[in-house]
Amino acid sequence: MKIKVERRGEISPKKRFVYLILSLIIGFLIGGLIFLFKGINPFYALQKIFVGSFGSIYGWKETITKAIPLMLCGIGLTLAFKGKFWNIGADGQLLFGALLATWIGLSLGKTYPAFVVLPLMFVGGFISGAFWGIIPAIMKVKLGINEVITTLMLNYIAEQFIQYLVYGPWKGKTQYGFPYTDNFSASATLPVIKGTRIHYPTLIIGIILAILIYIFIMKTKTGYEIRVIGENPEAAKYAGINFLKTTIIMMAISGGIAGLAGVGEVAGIHHHLTTPTQISSGYGYTAIIVAWLARLNPLVVILSSIFFGGILVGGDTIQTSMGLPFATINIFNGLILISVISINFFLEYKISIKR
Amino acid sequence: MGGYEFLIISVLKRALVAGTPLLLGTLGEIYAERSGVLNLGVEGLMAIGAVSGFGVALVTGNPWLGLLAAAVFGAILSLVHAFVSVTLKSNQIISGLALTMLGLGISGLWGKAYIGIPLTTKFESVKIPILSKIPYVGEILFHQDPIFYISVIAGIVMWFILFKTEVGINIRSVGENPLAADAMGVNVYKTRYVCVIIGGVLAGVAGAHLSLAYIPSWIEGMTGGRGWIVIALTIFALWNPLRAMLGAYLFGGIYVLQYLLQPIGIPPNILLMFPYLATLFVLLVSAQETFRKRMGAPRSLGVPYDKEEK
Repeated sequence: MKIKVERRGEISPKKRFVYLILSLIIGFLIGGLIFLFKGINPFYALQKIFVGSFGSIYGWKETITKAIPLMLCGIGLTLAFKGKFWNIGADGQLLFGALLATWIGLSLGKTYPAFVVLPLMFVGGFISGAFWGIIPAIMKVKLGINEVITTLMLNYIAEQFIQYLVYGPWKGKTQYGFPYTDNFSASATLPVIKGTRIHYPTLIIGIILAILIYIFIMKTKTGYEIRVIGENPEAAKYAGINFLKTTIIMMAISGGIAGLAGVGEVAGIHHHLTTPTQISSGYGYTAIIVAWLARLNPLVVILSSIFFGGILVGGDTIQTSMGLPFATINIFNGLILISVISINFFLEYKISIKR
Repeated sequence: MGGYEFLIISVLKRALVAGTPLLLGTLGEIYAERSGVLNLGVEGLMAIGAVSGFGVALVTGNPWLGLLAAAVFGAILSLVHAFVSVTLKSNQIISGLALTMLGLGISGLWGKAYIGIPLTTKFESVKIPILSKIPYVGEILFHQDPIFYISVIAGIVMWFILFKTEVGINIRSVGENPLAADAMGVNVYKTRYVCVIIGGVLAGVAGAHLSLAYIPSWIEGMTGGRGWIVIALTIFALWNPLRAMLGAYLFGGIYVLQYLLQPIGIPPNILLMFPYLATLFVLLVSAQETFRKRMGAPRSLGVPYDKEEK
């Protein structure tokens, strides 16, 4: 008996979709088993997760709120991943975006109107997020330093830096000793859809960017160069593509968009800068799965970010109602990611047993 | 003994302890990468090792059983990575990240009951007879916890195997040129599986050192990025177990420096940045060195081996 493995030809989108759903189900099944080991009824937990996020109007409101930063970070990541640049640093780039936006909001918010302050906050957030993204880009292209580690280290450094600011020099005078900066004035806060926390300007920016980045990747020369670098770096070298320039542009956009997510969180949700764990519940990391599940298509990121927004809300629900730690949700994130890439094998290869 | 002497001895001693989990993790990652498999799941594997080691030691009252559990759970979790990246030939970077998420998630869920419980049966320091009587050196090198000794022996043995035995040649050839290794009769898949699992065992033990000797308690997120520093140290070590010792203890020194500098008024969050800044610095330095010496990663690192596509 011999097992034979062959590559398949074209795979239809319908088949891809069926396999995707299958891999999600497998991910949740294994997650359920882990719950069972811990003596938790998996059906009860899963029900809590999904009813909490998609089962009520309130759940949907929160799901969309959480989908906004996931969408922005995810869109940025599709671009970097297309160029096979493993940007694990969206979280740090988000935090840096929040940082400069906070500074702009606090210094200009009291004197200038919203139509001046808010756009400046978004521009500032984009620039500082881009700055945090360009560092690993230069280190990789110039010195060949692995970007996975540099982007991760920059996440930790950004976290500690923000922590230092909100406990130290930036601590608000009116916050009773809490680790917050002073609150933004009205002209530095984003409007929300009534009765929700959905700061719709950021959501609209996200949807527009999804379309723009899709066009950028598929239709522009730089987008094409990014794809060539990702798919065939040797060919890119022969074609004379400027690696440094292209990688910097790519990571400036990728980090910049993640920075916009940070602006949304401080200007739309918190209205001040606070500890990194408050500002981002690991959005930059979850966005990796968001981008991967969307097969690096920015338009599909809109959908996958809503799905994972729901998972995060579900994580909050099981935390409050079942007393499980928030990290539990990482089990599902990890399992879904593993089953998605594993099922890819069965999509691309045909396995037959011969006697 | 004067005050300064005492301080220097205690700093060096603590640097070795702080470097031990880094050394164990790096040794394991060196083997995985030498065989051609990049494992970015070390952070998750360490977390699983820390929580399982703590839990089992707490229940049984025996830290050695805790250590064993950490090794077993590290092996099981790394098996997932081996299966996904070797057998299913999937993206190793994504698989490793997924493993980290999974490890951090499971450890968070598992360890919730252990938060705030002190461990009474931790690994105590052991004095090696005679050797520990050597002035200065004896206190630093021969009055440490058992896992420290294990890690030092592991480093030397693993160096010997990798560079002085046929097994080592096979491992390295699988990582450099799997096709040629296959032609010579080396089982590429098996070698990679074994090396990834060795990596998992050592990462698990590294986690157990944190929760059973270094800190000794369970705190969620106690690995604090050490698993990622390990990946950087593997590069700094140029995939050599002996150089890994140097790197790990240097980093151990940086962790100790945090405590030393606290009284002089540097804000704690700035001090906490040190290991991460040092990692970036070390990567910059090793980049120069790898360029100069033309020594790089194993040539087939991260590339799945496909027997059919020759």
